[in-house]
Amino acid sequence: MVLPALLLFVLFGVIPLIGVLVLSFTQWDGLGAIHAAGLSNWKSVLSDSQLPHSILVTFEIMILSWAVQTPMSLLLGTFLAGRQRYRAFLAVLYFIPLLLSSTAIAITYKALLDPNFGLGAGLKIGFLTQDWLGRSDLAIGVLIFIVSWQFIPFHSLIYQGGVRAIPTTMYEAASIDGAGRIRQFFSITVPQLKYTIITSSTLMVVGSLTFFDLIFVLTAGGPGDATRVLALDMYKRGFMSNQMGPASVIAALIVLLGLALALILRRLGGSTTASQQEGA
Amino acid sequence: MDPMTTSRRNFLGLVGGGALAAGLAACGSSGPKSTPGSTAGAGGAGSGATYWFLTGQPQQGIREAQVKRFNDANPDTKLKTTEFQNDAFKQKIKTAIGAGQGPTLIWGWGGGGLKAYVEANQVEDLTDWLTKEQADLKNSIFPSAFTAATVNGKIYAVPGETVTPIVLFYDKRAFEKIGAEPPQSWGDIMDLVPKFNDKGIAPFSLGGQSRWTNMMWLEFLFDRIGGSEVFQNIFDGKKDGWSDPSALKALEEMQKLIKANGFVKGFSSITADSNADQALLFTGKAAMMLHGAWTYGNMKSSGGDFVTGGHLGYMNFPPVDGGKGDPSDTVGNPGQYMSISSKATDAEKATAKKFIANNTLDDATVEAWVKSGNIPVVKSAKDKLASITDKNDSAWLNFVYDTAANAKNFAQSWDQALSPTQAETLLDNIAKLFQLSISPQQFATNMNAVIGQ
Repeated sequence: MVLPALLLFVLFGVIPLIGVLVLSFTQWDGLGAIHAAGLSNWKSVLSDSQLPHSILVTFEIMILSWAVQTPMSLLLGTFLAGRQRYRAFLAVLYFIPLLLSSTAIAITYKALLDPNFGLGAGLKIGFLTQDWLGRSDLAIGVLIFIVSWQFIPFHSLIYQGGVRAIPTTMYEAASIDGAGRIRQFFSITVPQLKYTIITSSTLMVVGSLTFFDLIFVLTAGGPGDATRVLALDMYKRGFMSNQMGPASVIAALIVLLGLALALILRRLGGSTTASQQEGA
Repeated sequence: MDPMTTSRRNFLGLVGGGALAAGLAACGSSGPKSTPGSTAGAGGAGSGATYWFLTGQPQQGIREAQVKRFNDANPDTKLKTTEFQNDAFKQKIKTAIGAGQGPTLIWGWGGGGLKAYVEANQVEDLTDWLTKEQADLKNSIFPSAFTAATVNGKIYAVPGETVTPIVLFYDKRAFEKIGAEPPQSWGDIMDLVPKFNDKGIAPFSLGGQSRWTNMMWLEFLFDRIGGSEVFQNIFDGKKDGWSDPSALKALEEMQKLIKANGFVKGFSSITADSNADQALLFTGKAAMMLHGAWTYGNMKSSGGDFVTGGHLGYMNFPPVDGGKGDPSDTVGNPGQYMSISSKATDAEKATAKKFIANNTLDDATVEAWVKSGNIPVVKSAKDKLASITDKNDSAWLNFVYDTAANAKNFAQSWDQALSPTQAETLLDNIAKLFQLSISPQQFATNMNAVIGQ
């Protein structure tokens, strides 16, 4: 099974990656001939004031959405791990956002948040009638809310699985020692879920680097460039400005950032990959 | 209980299957649709001329009818067509031409995009053919339509289809409410803003997230304040063209209108694709809207009695006091364009030329365009207008015709005229200018940096 997987990875992962690296040293408008450009693309992109802004926005969305999603998913996952009937029912409801495509979610929210024809204006609720996507300060908050709404179900599912794998004997022992529910949560559930937290965080962090569809449909990077993340910047340079060289530079940067972040998160988990439970 | 669950499961299965089928169908209809046997030999392979164009009614039907007439008359040299959705087309044709797999007939918007093809030696020089062999065809077309088809003094595309200037639409009911007349000058516009705001009506609707919608305002202000040469200089690559005093004045006036709450609340999150900007006008939430002539059809079909009840008013953009521009000038799309691939064989080129000459602006086509509420790019369109019986449509078509025909200068939309690189930087900076996050001076500096790129 290794060979086919490796082949596919090389064909669709490694070769395009090399292509992007090569393109980043060329000048190409996607139409005419490709010219070698040396380091000029790298120099121009790295000195462009747009790049630090896009990196900042990307990290802002990454960190804030992680900070919102992780505690909520952890709590929901723990709650859903219970075997009660009503919890199984709620789990199905919570799962719904995950079934929708990002584009559908973006179009729906865009309609709901419209300041003139949206939910707030329709129901005449003043507080909901904000220029949600048209103000730089609100737009990022709205994005983080929608991202969280979309992905919390997924991460809850991971945590639910993690919690169910914790041996019940640990909780029984803790109750005998007189630990309450809150104490059990912090002293047993959270430490036992260490690797689940790292897995879920890696997915969130690396996933938010390539975040594109939702933002593209919802704000197109606007207002101004308030929500222009790296992936969107790459798209705009490549397919709207016809500058494949600089776009490839950004693509290469995204790959490097993603690799670095994934490695850091793995380090945080310690060098051993063995489950803590087996040792416990 | 068991039958219940079974039936529910079946139901879910059906729903799932239905969604899947719908998804597949959607893929089918959004992908390219070809006439039989057209997959082989696009471009230079020598098996017949090919033509790619856009889907979407009423244009699609008119284009299909043109090809059908041509193929019926020329059974030996049939034209093979492939149809694309707008966005897919823009990506696909660029890649295909770059890879030498493009169609014989290249449909497009002229201007900066055409210039890129010319510089890559991908399209034929049609100057001689048009001025000598097809002088009648050339003379039948509005002269203003050729500007966007001309690169370095040579004609590389034939204008076709429709003229769509950008006009100032207004709601007559809103003006009755505040007891005012439509604006005759930029000063009138600024005076009207507080009056409408006091009555809770937004002075102007704007789909600001689309960015080119904001650009239309600058196009007119630049022209009315400094004349058509201000943008012409920029287009010609003159150094620091965006720092022209008239340009800076226009950018300042623009920000004054924004600061005075001239635009509907939340304009920067409204898109033009959803037609929400038009909806603001026809639902009475906004009093005026600067937009392309192509919006008339949708306002008529979606706006209830807005158009049919005679509430829609329209005019050319008013002059700015003390401005140098000719008030007859307009901007917009002077036409759509067809070029011929330089990579095609001689036989394919001949077929393509024959199609352009005989079927793209023939009587049947002109009549179809007028019936669909559009002004085709030919002078003879005027004669067809008399046959329109609907009072509102007739007045509208005459207005569009006169605006286009009487314009001393019909400028092409900036984002089409400029190279793709400049256009994207422009749209970006326009969005920031409208957010008030950059000053006119910063705008000019940012734009001067990409002049000529």
